[in-house]
Amino acid sequence: MLSRKAILGASLLASVALMSSSAIAQTIGFSQIGSESGWRAAETTLTKSQAEERGIDLKFADAQQKQENQIKALRSFIAQGVDAILIAPVVATGWDAVLQEAKEAEIPVVLLDRMVDSSDDLYLTAVGSDLVHEGNVAGQWLVDELGGKDCNVVELQGTTGSSPAIDRKNGFEQAINGHDNIKLIRSQTGDFTRTKGKEVMESFLKAEDGGKNICALYAHNDDMAVGAIQAIKEAGLKPGEDILVVSIDAVPDIFQAMAAGEANATVELTPNMAGPAFDALDAYFKDGTKPAKFIQTESKLYTQNDDPQKVYEEKKDLGY
Amino acid sequence: MSGTARFLRRIAPQLITLAFVLALISVMFPGFFNISIANGRLYGSPIDILNRGAPVALLAIGMTLVIATRGIDLSVGAVMAICGAVSAWGITQGYDLGSTLLMAVVAGLVCGLWNGILVSFLGIQPIVATLILMVAGRGIAQLITEGAILTFNDPNLIFFGSGSLFTLPMPVVIWIVTGLLITWIVRRTALGMLIESVGINLRASTLAGINSRVLLIAVYVTSGFCAALAGIIAAADIRGADANNAGLWLELDAILAVVIGGTSLLGGRFSLIASLIGAMIIQAVNTGILLSGFPPEFNLVIKAAIILIILVVQSPALRTGMAFFRKPRQTDVAKKETVTQ
Repeated sequence: MLSRKAILGASLLASVALMSSSAIAQTIGFSQIGSESGWRAAETTLTKSQAEERGIDLKFADAQQKQENQIKALRSFIAQGVDAILIAPVVATGWDAVLQEAKEAEIPVVLLDRMVDSSDDLYLTAVGSDLVHEGNVAGQWLVDELGGKDCNVVELQGTTGSSPAIDRKNGFEQAINGHDNIKLIRSQTGDFTRTKGKEVMESFLKAEDGGKNICALYAHNDDMAVGAIQAIKEAGLKPGEDILVVSIDAVPDIFQAMAAGEANATVELTPNMAGPAFDALDAYFKDGTKPAKFIQTESKLYTQNDDPQKVYEEKKDLGY
Repeated sequence: MSGTARFLRRIAPQLITLAFVLALISVMFPGFFNISIANGRLYGSPIDILNRGAPVALLAIGMTLVIATRGIDLSVGAVMAICGAVSAWGITQGYDLGSTLLMAVVAGLVCGLWNGILVSFLGIQPIVATLILMVAGRGIAQLITEGAILTFNDPNLIFFGSGSLFTLPMPVVIWIVTGLLITWIVRRTALGMLIESVGINLRASTLAGINSRVLLIAVYVTSGFCAALAGIIAAADIRGADANNAGLWLELDAILAVVIGGTSLLGGRFSLIASLIGAMIIQAVNTGILLSGFPPEFNLVIKAAIILIILVVQSPALRTGMAFFRKPRQTDVAKKETVTQ
């Protein structure tokens, strides 16, 4: 009698375990673009660690910046019968055929960080950040920080014509629009690099009365801000006090500058795109809830009050 | 005396162009020539031009010698990235300043040696031979930095980028000293003339007893050496080695500096001083654009337009045209003579 009960209970448990195992994804393929930047290396590191935390068997394929490698990787994932596929597409076009194959094999595909030009019923969802929103958060921080004081802002743009440069500029301008105390007096490209950031900032300082006329710097990425901070210091001014510094990306080095009081704020472009993707997949496998077609990651603002030294320690080993 | 006069006449077009560009900037931006002393060093836009122009000036020194032998060195930008990466790696690994600089310079010399062997012993055309390192070099630099920007805080190494000597920024001191030293070496010995003769006719020079192989290797090694100095400066300037962007496209600016300096891409006669002035002209244009406050979309168009004007003014066709207008009498006489013959 007792043993029969035990068997019943055991089989019940087993069936529950079986059900739950079919409810969450076991094996997920991840086709990464490559490792062209520190940010992408951090994205890879975080995707792997997120998968490990959730007990997911992650099959990782590095495409070395080539679309053909990504298509090959996707086909091999489909042949292996993975439960789901994550892909950071290197280009926007040319994905229709392979996405159709994945759809026919009933394998949900989640896009990370970049979009594709294919019809949106070919993939489950896309996870990414909103570049305009990032610029907006940076601009809003400046508006709040100044609280109505007059301020001349100089801007270091990204590579001319690139979408992050255009969107981050627009977002910032939207935020300061209507605040007449804030004026954007100079804007030049620093090509997203430290060297150019420093060189352009030097010329801004010369052109604006040795920097006395500048109250804040907005840089489209942290690297340019790091270069500009050095230029400000060499001109005999205090970055972070004489000239406020706000930038975007949240790479480890800007946290060091913030800990030293030389930078004021940065907006994070999170490399953790996989977390929200796994969450969406979990919900989808559990009860079939279809996520929205675009999941926007948080553009978190970090300031000097957020213990920058600690954030630096957390971030420095991610591969940035 | 006549030597000095000839030298001045040689660099006159470059000096006039530089003066013209500087005048143009000071019209657009009146405070341009204001120089003050801040933190024990000269501070002002003209100093920025000398300072920011340092990498291209250094590359132009090596490039002039290479071009004088009828060669070209496309790899200098990538060699800069390699040497910057080596110096950052060395200092973060705890080596002292001397060994770090030595390793970076040796890396540059090895790169130059590689190019020189490909060109002189294997007879590969210089543009192809140096293209190999141009493409592979950034990969090598990335391997050294492991794909990230390798930052350092060693004040001694940083001194080479943002320190100052005799109130001049350190990069300015380095390029001026290197330029004068190499000019002195090639012009006080027969070396300069031998380089020119190899550039004009390699075969005839070899037959005349010049060891052209060694000479060719020597100019590429010099170019590697200059690129190493430029790489160290670029890394020290931003306190980090950026393998992706350090020296990117600077090989083209260096070639342009040599061309503006009046050295023919077909080899032969060269002037290092004129190339250095050429490098300053390019940097003056860059700095001028930044000061002018034009939207960044115009940067490249303005730069291209100014460079085009400079090259047109210096072009042989225009120069013969000018000579025709300047000395009509002589040409008339010459014409009559040909008619009577």
